[in-house]
Amino acid sequence: MGSGGDGRRSAAVAIVSSALFVVVVGFAITRAPGWDEVKRTFFDWGYFKDSVPEIARAFKLNVKIFCIAEVFILAFALVLAVFRSLPGPVFFPLRALAIVYADFFRGVPTILVIALLGFGAPALQVQGIPRSVIFWGIVSLVLVYTAYVSEVYRAGIESVHPSQEAAARSLGLTRLQALRHVILPQAVRRVIPPLLNDFIGLQKDTALVGTLGAIEAFNQAAIDTSATFNYTPYVAAAVLFVAITIPLARFTDWLILRDRRRRQAGSVA
Amino acid sequence: MRKILLALAALAVMAVASAFTAAGSSAPASASAIPGCAKAALNLVGDGTLTVGTDNPAYPPWFGGGTPYKGSSWKINDPNTAKGFESAVAYAVAQQLGFTRSQVKWLYTPFSRSFAPGPKSFDFDINQISYTPARAKVVTFSASYYNVNQAIVVVKGTKIASVRSIRGLKPYKLGAQLGTTSYQYIVNRIRPSSRPAVFPKNDAAVQALKNKQIDGLVVDLPTAFYVTAVQVPNGKILGQFPTTAGGEHFGMVFQKGNSLAGCVNKALANLKRSGALGKIQQTWLAKATGAPVLR
Repeated sequence: MGSGGDGRRSAAVAIVSSALFVVVVGFAITRAPGWDEVKRTFFDWGYFKDSVPEIARAFKLNVKIFCIAEVFILAFALVLAVFRSLPGPVFFPLRALAIVYADFFRGVPTILVIALLGFGAPALQVQGIPRSVIFWGIVSLVLVYTAYVSEVYRAGIESVHPSQEAAARSLGLTRLQALRHVILPQAVRRVIPPLLNDFIGLQKDTALVGTLGAIEAFNQAAIDTSATFNYTPYVAAAVLFVAITIPLARFTDWLILRDRRRRQAGSVA
Repeated sequence: MRKILLALAALAVMAVASAFTAAGSSAPASASAIPGCAKAALNLVGDGTLTVGTDNPAYPPWFGGGTPYKGSSWKINDPNTAKGFESAVAYAVAQQLGFTRSQVKWLYTPFSRSFAPGPKSFDFDINQISYTPARAKVVTFSASYYNVNQAIVVVKGTKIASVRSIRGLKPYKLGAQLGTTSYQYIVNRIRPSSRPAVFPKNDAAVQALKNKQIDGLVVDLPTAFYVTAVQVPNGKILGQFPTTAGGEHFGMVFQKGNSLAGCVNKALANLKRSGALGKIQQTWLAKATGAPVLR
């Protein structure tokens, strides 16, 4: 019972300290000399109400970009990670390709990849190459995030003990079968939290496609802001992004918890 | 020994500096032509200098002079040359207020910084910024220094190039620069069936037009002439749009409530009365007239 009492007490302490924190920070901010101006230009309820429906409509484009890109990223990154973990000198070209790819696309800022492809590729004026900026925005995000996510996969693959593969091979599985049925299932499960972490990053980076002219949430907010010189639409866009990433973060937590419970249950049995 | 050298160097610097200030004050700085706007009484960011903001790159016909000298931080046209309409207007206003050429300092100010809250780092920003009542709640605008019409640029030989009416533009993909009233014009007046594209800078919008990612680019009329003359050689001005009710004008942007705006307005009124503003417009924007009006 003692632990229940402790729980209640620590909950109370947490509530009091949080409240105190909010009060102190709130006091400091509202006492700042520019607070009135900030309140007027960033937190105007009228502008907020007016801008939300349009930004929400534009936000659908972010979600669409995110969903399409995600599917390709998951597939391509897995292929790249497998390339990189292939053993033996025969596969050196594939390994090298995977390394160069990951180095390059993790090194170039996403916004540059988007600008280069979004304006450069259509400028070739080649028949059959799409001109849609959304298409090129998605391609850029897939290229960049594939590099990140392949590293996450690779970490997962390398975390599976070599004895697992040895055991699988000794049961008569081929190297590919061992990878498919033994290594990858364990590897992927372990890296789900960092994978979701990258998804959250991707969700936010969809806003970069706006630099090509597509009207997504950030661009719509920028349009509203520049029309009125009031920044409240930016706050509205931020609220929308947070509203979608927070559930994703909680879902990640839940997955981790479930996984841990299962593994603990497994070890008991 | 080192200390003495340092002291000597400091002395030399001070001597040079005082020589310069002496030269500055002895120069025949024309006294302010406007009563109540003595230079010393103006509310300025930097003492004795007029700090003027504009974007970089600065585009003709608003800024001119061509490729700047080596070491200039301006990429296409250096506003310090006093060439181009807005540069010339800024210097004319400065002269009215009693500033010499060398007392005008240009400051790179992207459009998005021009209205950022908090103290401004420029005295005024001149960057083809249109007056709207909502914007005027946040910043102070000068009186009009140019009354502007919107126009549409297309690529010759494309389908849109044969359109002759505003309604005919509806089925096309149009674009504009972020923060411009051109975008507002597309959304509120043309009302196209597909969403317009919006670009952070002029060069991105022009590239999209060249790539045929957009069919038509809506810009102000003088910019349209520059775009078709230089940036998109196979482009053409499809037409200009009729003046909207109440008209649209460019104003200089000031910190909200800056008393300097009143003096600049008096200077602009002087320039209009004397015909000087008309002459500047004739010099830099003469070519920017006479596009067919779309109805």
